Amino acid sequence: MSRSPAAPAGSLLAAAGLHKAYGPTTALAGADFSVHPGEVVAVMGPSGSGKSTLLHCLAGIVRPDAGTVRYGARDLPSLSDAERSAVRRTEFGFVFQFGQLVPELTCLENVALPLRLNGVKRKAAEQEALHRLEQLEVADARGQRPGEMSGGQSQRVAVARALVTTPRVIFADEPTGALDSLNGERVMRLLTEAARDTRAAVVLVTHEARVAAYADREVVVRDGRARDMAGVGLS
Amino acid sequence: MSIGHTLLALLESGPRHGYDLKRAFDARFGHDRPLHYGQVYATMSRLLKNGLVEVDGIEHGDGPERKRYAITDAGITDVGRWLAEPEKPEPYLQSVLYTKVVVALLTGRDADSLLDAQRTEHLRLMRELTRRKVSGDLADQLICDHALFHLEADLRWLEITAARLDQLAETVRP
Ligand SMILES: Nc1ncnc2c1ncn2[C@@H]1O[C@H](COP(=O)(O)OP(=O)(O)OP(=O)(O)O)[C@@H](O)[C@H]1O
Ligand SMILES: [Mg+2]
Repeated sequence: MSRSPAAPAGSLLAAAGLHKAYGPTTALAGADFSVHPGEVVAVMGPSGSGKSTLLHCLAGIVRPDAGTVRYGARDLPSLSDAERSAVRRTEFGFVFQFGQLVPELTCLENVALPLRLNGVKRKAAEQEALHRLEQLEVADARGQRPGEMSGGQSQRVAVARALVTTPRVIFADEPTGALDSLNGERVMRLLTEAARDTRAAVVLVTHEARVAAYADREVVVRDGRARDMAGVGLS
Repeated sequence: MSIGHTLLALLESGPRHGYDLKRAFDARFGHDRPLHYGQVYATMSRLLKNGLVEVDGIEHGDGPERKRYAITDAGITDVGRWLAEPEKPEPYLQSVLYTKVVVALLTGRDADSLLDAQRTEHLRLMRELTRRKVSGDLADQLICDHALFHLEADLRWLEITAARLDQLAETVRP
């Protein structure tokens, strides 16, 4: 297996020296990051510090100007667009702050959709989708459309959809940002339980400490650099 | 709050009499609770005994004799150690945290890394409480939540203070 020099042993996804600028704005200035299988890492930091950009680079959504993102034997920035989108579709799951659900489809169809896009037959896809909806405690809403649900329910459906392909890495950008604290914590409890069950890694961007407290570890992004807080204060 | 460490830090800018120390302390930190003279003298004699300060001179005036204190190298090291050691996270910490930040700025130490270390310590405890909460019954959940909300408030204060450190430094530096 080929690995970039900075990849920590045993890591599932490891980025080193990420740089990204948008015109005159530097979003990332040499960020390093790594996550192990089954590990939940919270990414915190002030607004505009580069958290979402880091997540997008790690997930192969944005190509960094410089730096490596090793996933298994592959370096994501060196892949073609088609190859990266295949990795995203089959290996990664995504949860964002607001409704990424298709309004015309029922919950069950929404959750089954990623499997259908990967070529799974309808019946098998919906069976797996139902299982995920049950796991996320929202199976009762399986026949409803996104417009007919509460924010907390929609977000749990969105998590079910992110989990349905059994991804190796789940990327969540402010997944509880639009929820009250009770619903936010319910989403976090279910998301982290499901991820630990399947040994999926979670990259969780949040500005809420009580949400970050569901993670195993915390990384703080400041001025486009990521800092692992594990060793801080032990000088 | 550690009065001893704070008085020591106030001596880093130069020797002072006990009375000066009380005034300087009250002006910066005594908003709701000024020190008693008794506290100052008791604290200074303990610091003296532990070799953290030394007597720099004695004035013989009309009243009782007045000692002037100077901080020793051991005293300076002791202040540094106090600042570097994060406080045990618990509700209602603000006043000691505020004091530490001001002391760090006053004495030219790194207030940023003090705030970082404290933030890490807070989040560590919050993770522990969250684990206990997730695996516990309703009573555990409610008890942990109470602590978590208070720690979160502390953390917000740490973040806002970190963002305003330059501003605070300007008002603090002589
Ligand atoms: N598509 C874009 N075009 C131009 N500038 C961008 C773009 N995306 C991000 N930026 C800039 O890059 C910097 C980092 O943005 P990013 O979204 O990563 O921050 P963030 O830490 O996620 O902030 P927030 O907490 O507000 O979501 C910001 O200055 C932002 O304005
Ligand atoms: Mg963002």
